This record gives sequence, C-alpha cells and structure tokens, in this order.
Amino acid sequence: MSEKITFTIDGKTVHGKPGMTILEAADSSGVYIPRLCKGPGLKPRGSCRVCTVMVNGRPQAACTQPAAEGMVVENSTPAMLEYRRNLVEMLFVEGNHFCPFCEKSGNCELQALAYRLGILSPRHPYMFPKRDVDATHPDIMVDRNRCVLCGRCVNASRDVDGKTVFEFVGRGGHKRIEVDAEAGLGATGASAGDKAAEACPVGCIVKKRVGYAVPIGQRKYDKAPIGAEIEK
Amino acid sequence: MGAGAYVCGEETSLISSLEGLRGDPKNRPPFPAQKGYLGCPTVVNNVETFCCAARILDKGPGWFAQMGSKGSPGTKLLSVSGDCSRPGVYEVPFGIKVKDLLKMIGAGNAAAVQVGGPSGTMIGPGEYERTICYDDLATGGSLMVFGPDRDILDVVRRFNEFFVEESCGYCTPCRVGNQLMKEALGRIAAGKGEPSDLDYLQTLGQAMKVTSRCGLGQTACNPVLSTLKNFRAVYEKRVKADKDGFKPAFDIKAVLAEAEAIAGRPSEHFG
Repeated sequence: MSEKITFTIDGKTVHGKPGMTILEAADSSGVYIPRLCKGPGLKPRGSCRVCTVMVNGRPQAACTQPAAEGMVVENSTPAMLEYRRNLVEMLFVEGNHFCPFCEKSGNCELQALAYRLGILSPRHPYMFPKRDVDATHPDIMVDRNRCVLCGRCVNASRDVDGKTVFEFVGRGGHKRIEVDAEAGLGATGASAGDKAAEACPVGCIVKKRVGYAVPIGQRKYDKAPIGAEIEK
Repeated sequence: MGAGAYVCGEETSLISSLEGLRGDPKNRPPFPAQKGYLGCPTVVNNVETFCCAARILDKGPGWFAQMGSKGSPGTKLLSVSGDCSRPGVYEVPFGIKVKDLLKMIGAGNAAAVQVGGPSGTMIGPGEYERTICYDDLATGGSLMVFGPDRDILDVVRRFNEFFVEESCGYCTPCRVGNQLMKEALGRIAAGKGEPSDLDYLQTLGQAMKVTSRCGLGQTACNPVLSTLKNFRAVYEKRVKADKDGFKPAFDIKAVLAEAEAIAGRPSEHFG
C-alpha cells in the first residue's frame, strides 16, 4: 500500500494517508467540509449527515468514509450546499434554539453553520418540543431544548473519560440524551473536567458560572466563520 | 431480536440487535462480510435467497436461468394483499407484467399498486405494462393493491406514519424528515395546503433520499415521491393558492384560542 492517497475535492487535488477518512484528509489539506456530530478528537458517528459529500457520484458521510486513491469528491456544489442547508434547518426546528438569549451564542457550531451556509430562517415549521432541563449537577447543566442529538457527549464519556455518563434512549422523534442515574446528572460520576462536559457543539451541555465570561461579540465565531481554522 | 422494529430487518441493525446493542444501523465500511456479528465476517441474507442458493446447487445454474427474465433469472415470492379477490403468497417468474399479475390475483379494477412495501413505488393503471424484476419494478416481495374507492393521500399518510414510528432516530434526515413530511401531508389532507407545498415535499424527500444513513431513511420518502410523480392530480386537487397571498396553513383562530381563553372574550379583530 502506498504511503500517500491522492484524490480530488471539487476539482482540487488533496492528499491523505491510508486509513484516513475523507474528512481527515480534507482537513489536513486545508479543505473545509462542514460537519456537526464529528467532534475534534472523537470517533465519528455519521449521524448528523451534514458532512455528506458525493463520492464518485454516490452520497457518503465524509466523516466515516475512508479516503481512497483517485476518488472524485463533490463538496461545495450548489446541490450539496442545498442538502446541508436542509439538514441544518431540520435541526433548528427539531429543538428549541433561541440564539438571542442562548449563552452559547457565538461559540455554537449549529449557529455558526447556519451563518456559513447562509440560512436566514428555516423553511420547515418549528416543532416546539417539550424537553427537560437537568440542573442537578453543581458544575454542569444539561438543557435538552438545545440538544441536536449529535452524540459527541456519548462518545466523549465512553471513549475519552472512560465513563458512561451519557447515552441515548428512545427511538425516532422520541430519541433523547439521558444520563447514567435516575436522580439526574448530579448523581452520576460526571465532573467539569470531563471531555464530555466540553464536547457539546451547541448549548445543551454547558458548564455553570462561566456562560458570559467572554462577552457576545468577542466569541469564537464572532471573529471568523466556522471552518476558517481549517481553510488555508 | 430487535423487538419487532422494522429497521432491524436492515442487515447491520439486525447484527447490532443480535449483539445486544441498540437496534441502530452501523456505519459502512466495514461491511458485514468484512466485519459483522461480534467482529466476525458475516453473511446476512433472507430465507428466500438461501433457498434459491440451495436449489441452484442442487439443480444447477442452467435450470435456474431458464426461469425469469434476462437480467433477473429465477422466481420471486410475492405477498399479495389489499383490494383483490385472491390475496396470498404467490411464486411467479421474474419479468411478469403487473397487468398479468393483477389478473391472476383478481384485481381487475385496481386504481393503484404499491410495489415493494411501504418504501416501494406506487404505480397507476398507465404503468401496469411494467414488469416485476430488478431492472424495472424491484421488490422485496410485497405487493399491495388499492381499489378505486381508496384515497391515495390517505394511503401515503399511513405509510409515512409507519416511518415516523419506525425511524430509529440515529440520523437527522430520517428522524426529522419523516416528521416534517407528516406535518405537510396532514396539512394538505386538512385542506390547508398550498401549491408550493408540493415542491417542499419534493425537496424534502430528495434530501432524505440522498443524505439518510441507511436504506430505511433513503426509501421512506418513496411513497411521497412516487405519488407526487404518478398521482400528482391527487395532491393538486387538495391544495389551493390563497387569493390574498397569505399562507393558508396559518390559522389565526387556532393561534388565538389560548389567548382568548385566558382573556375570557373573543379577539377584537378576529373574533
């Protein structure tokens, strides 16, 4: 097996190593493929589908599909951008996302993706679901209204923290994130130093008492759009 | 295994379920033949396929290829149900015309035929010359007949509700898309749809087809997409453009109901 894989994304030649996914190869080549459920340092889940690209004409999730020699990948074509917009809009209406008074605003990957993709308001009707807040832990809060069911906390707790604090329960539209104790997060082994406490891309799992330490306007995506750190 | 969940008929979900995990599909690659049940190479096929393989080993490929059509040799078991006088399980050669099949099962006046179960294709009388085979109308074996008295939109809504229930919820397009389809179809059925809702359903269905993670989500939109194509008049009859340019979906009375109840009087302007 050769040490280098060469393929194209939107006509641009990119390189990767054997064993890399399309997303990893793109990242290392300075090409940004939008993603949400794939967190830095976490195993891919392939659940949000935002990173869907066309590989030799077939749709694949870039975060799980291995890079292969000579593949032709379509990423930023009008059709793929439109599918992505549709998916991000679905996530907005599925939960209760109120950016103007969310403490994650400016650091939120869902919000940043919407800005990057040029979404003004979702085409879908809002579902306004009733969801629970879990504030039982002294240092961490879970507000399921803002959950996008990405599963980063599940992977982080299991694979990085060596705990089983978070897991999904329920199927279909009833799917929700749950914690490993009936009495709530406070009764689990979760601590503020866990990877799971900072893996959330949105404002669902947040640390207490630090919400506005950095003022809105000076936050990560206030300075540069999402993906700018990858694009060179 | 899988507690009867539809998605656990999908091979990687079936394996997850056998392993004691949530009945969710797995990411591919690795494919089950490379790494399946408990990490071992696994072949997942249905009983019909194993039976065919056994008969080919016994009687030879030449015998098998005599039956069926060129691209689809052999026979197919069809589970026939709905508005016909002789429902049941039929074994027919591949390549049979829908028209001949309908005659065989006693469904001379079929208004629509759903080929391939809830995630299949719905065809009307204009397409009964088509054939059951891999190159034309592929099916896992389900064939549902709908007579002239059936409301096609009602049938589509039932299929959609099935998928809302059966989506495992793993990926966004299937989990959310099916619920959004339910909302839009319900709106159209209630007479509050507008012409642009048909484009909306088309776009939504296409996004589900392309971006869903497994076959369930990729095909859950088929009843909607195939009826939008083959039975478009059914939808067009139910939607209407508002003469004032407002969205007919917006029901001001329903929105105000809670406020009117709290105030204890009807709205000044809309009461």
